[in-house]
Amino acid sequence: MATAAETAPALTPAGTLALSLRGASKTFGPVVALADGTIEILPGEIHALVGENGAGKSTLVKILAGVHSPDGGEFLVGGKPAHFRNVSESKAAGISVIYQEPTLFPDLTVAENIFIGRQPKGRAGLISRGEMRRRAAELFATLGVPIDPDRIADGLSIADQQIIEIAKAISLDANVLVMDEPTAALSGVEVERLFSVARALRDKGAGILFISHRFEEVFDLSDRITVMRDGRYIQVHNTAEVTAPAIVTEMVGRELGELFPKKEAEVGDIVLKVEGLTSVGTFRDIDFEIRAGEIVALSGLVGAGRTEVARAVFGIDPYDVGSVSIDGARLNPHSPQDAIAAGIGFVPEDRRKQGLVLDLSVARNVTLTLRHSLARFGLISGRREKAAAEDWSQRLQVKTGSQDLPVSTLSGGNQQKVVLAKWLATDPKLLIVDEPTRGIDIGTKSEVHRLLSDLAGRGIAILMISSELPEVLGMADRILVMHEGRISAELHRGGATAELVMQAAMGNHGELHPGRTNEEISTGLEAGE
Amino acid sequence: MSTVTHAPAAPRSSSLKRFLTAREIPVASALIALIAVTYIINPRFLSPQSAKDLMLNATIMVILAVAQALVIITRNVDLSVGAILGLVAFGTGTVFNIFPNIPLVVVFVVGMFFGGLLGSINGMLVTSAKVPALVITLGTLYIFRGVLSSWAGSNQYFSGDNPKEFGNLSVDTFLSVPIITIIAVVITVAVAMFMSSVRSGRDLYAIGSDPDAARLFGIPVGVRVLSAFIACGALTGLAGVLYTSRYNSVGALTGSGIELDVVAAVVVGGVAIFGGSGTVAGAATGAVLLATITGALTATRVDKFWQQAIVGVLILAAIVIDRVVSLRRTRKLRASEAKDV
Repeated sequence: MATAAETAPALTPAGTLALSLRGASKTFGPVVALADGTIEILPGEIHALVGENGAGKSTLVKILAGVHSPDGGEFLVGGKPAHFRNVSESKAAGISVIYQEPTLFPDLTVAENIFIGRQPKGRAGLISRGEMRRRAAELFATLGVPIDPDRIADGLSIADQQIIEIAKAISLDANVLVMDEPTAALSGVEVERLFSVARALRDKGAGILFISHRFEEVFDLSDRITVMRDGRYIQVHNTAEVTAPAIVTEMVGRELGELFPKKEAEVGDIVLKVEGLTSVGTFRDIDFEIRAGEIVALSGLVGAGRTEVARAVFGIDPYDVGSVSIDGARLNPHSPQDAIAAGIGFVPEDRRKQGLVLDLSVARNVTLTLRHSLARFGLISGRREKAAAEDWSQRLQVKTGSQDLPVSTLSGGNQQKVVLAKWLATDPKLLIVDEPTRGIDIGTKSEVHRLLSDLAGRGIAILMISSELPEVLGMADRILVMHEGRISAELHRGGATAELVMQAAMGNHGELHPGRTNEEISTGLEAGE
Repeated sequence: MSTVTHAPAAPRSSSLKRFLTAREIPVASALIALIAVTYIINPRFLSPQSAKDLMLNATIMVILAVAQALVIITRNVDLSVGAILGLVAFGTGTVFNIFPNIPLVVVFVVGMFFGGLLGSINGMLVTSAKVPALVITLGTLYIFRGVLSSWAGSNQYFSGDNPKEFGNLSVDTFLSVPIITIIAVVITVAVAMFMSSVRSGRDLYAIGSDPDAARLFGIPVGVRVLSAFIACGALTGLAGVLYTSRYNSVGALTGSGIELDVVAAVVVGGVAIFGGSGTVAGAATGAVLLATITGALTATRVDKFWQQAIVGVLILAAIVIDRVVSLRRTRKLRASEAKDV
């Protein structure tokens, strides 16, 4: 953590700030989303905010936008204290936000999406559609994009939707413009266009907060950079005086304790082989294999295509090219039934929506995958169901008052164990776990890790998707890092560091290893083992 | 980096094309075709007297459909309108019974106020309880109907009990259009203007299109939805007053089951049941179509049994058309996304 003396050069007197937030906190139930949200934006600057997934950036943005009100801390806009109760108040104070996900009204026209709630009025106080269309067309001309203001928003590409969000924000003429990963869906030309608009707004005196995972863009565009980690403000830098590796170190810089020990397991034959897997627009040329007893982590930023690859392997989503084989036998694409029959289990990211039937009992949930083996003459006996469920709950140490309670009454960690039990009961060869410890308290987290490690020890191959670097580094035998739909690096236990994973995830390895390609990095690591 | 994302140009869709793809076109064409075919089979269908009957029969449904459309466009529904109509209609009969010389305009104001009050109960429950409006208004439908039953008992008010000039609203015509029909048309035009050209009217579409986005955007979702329910109740109250003028008697069963006819009219008229699109003009056209089917089947001597089946087919047709259009859009989207890679 930096001392006050070190931060001093970048801090400025409060009166000259467009916006400042100091020590803001926000909790949702037991989850601390933001512990120390601190940011200050000057008029006429582009300020970048960087941090890992879950560092609290989005929560901070939502506080600025008036979506959440902070539990504590000081929030000043234009030098005056701000207490936004809703989005309109934040807007009225001159703050305009472009969210990561476009939030358009699909049934309304493009022009109306831009001007909803402040449509230009013509005669008799009625909305003038002609004027609205003209102004929208003007905005699109500034942005240099050919979008018909009269078409409805439904059916527009994500990039076009993002452009409309930008046009909307520009038309608000805000003092502070917040852009939460605006470039994620844009192509090079569009990004360049967006940047020239951002620079023009800055030159007119607007303060811009820019959140991006692409370092190239951060360094290209911003004047200052604020780094966040684990819900806390870490440091603010003048962009000209700092390097990308230094920022990465601050983003990941925490001690990797012995929290996530994976026991050595005997590595057996190849269980899963994925070759040339491609789904147009989502991921490309995915090649990897997992052996029995191995834990392979699929790392990368949110949106890099990790979950999509897992879903394609399990057959939930179709793919365009490539193949998935279990024990050498090729799986039919797009058939979860075949995947289950071949011995794959899938623990989804959103366990409440996709992993569990929340209103059913613990016993029912555990035995969902056993319906056929438990049934006699098509009827499931409650006694046999309970016996099977109790067996598994004990093995996984699920803490529940009774097998008959709805699974929604359990804690997050115990719910996750129920999902795991459900799949283990099928005796899988390969288990895919997507964000296995998301939203789980630290104690139960290590139990889940121990469990996964035990399973690998028993010869199950595990594919783990995780956004938490310590978890990835602690648990995985091998780490596949994805960047924009491709595997950008393969790192081995021992050779992998947080910095290497982060660099590969951002698609930026030149800074750390000038002149070396991904392959060289990974082979270099292999050689070093 | 990928290549340029856009299709080379985004030509402005011509106004003719936009007109032809409007959601109201299917229902309007169906109405015109129905009238034309019936007229060819039986030319007396459009004689002055039966044209007048046609309009009178459609009037109350048109007002109810316009009212309901306001609520459905916000991704809600009000199933209690049949009971609200019954309560206001019986209330109107009661008022005339107690104050025979009351000015008509006062009766209209009281009826709309009463309806608006009942609508506000629905609106407050829906906006505060976070339970789908379908369930809430199903509940209030039974409650309102129960209140009416115990209030009315076996009492009925007959048109003969009301002042003559009140009944005449449904008899007298202006340019051969009944007065109450003119009221319905004025209401439809006014609400249509509000929905298309006033900011708060446009907010209702935004809310129905994506309630979460509306909240993120700072639209006062609760206030707008509450207002939509109050407006729906008030217009239903107006329909209740006109019902008393138009029909022979009002009692405990007045308006029973009419809520489903109203929702049918709105959906057939091109208002999406999940909100966000469609117009009150379309809903009104849907109401006229359903009322005309009854008249047309009588004029062509088709068994009345078929009327309900035909309404059912129209509802399904409206939903299928909606689905096909949105599927086509999704496919186009996927194609344009694929080009980006």
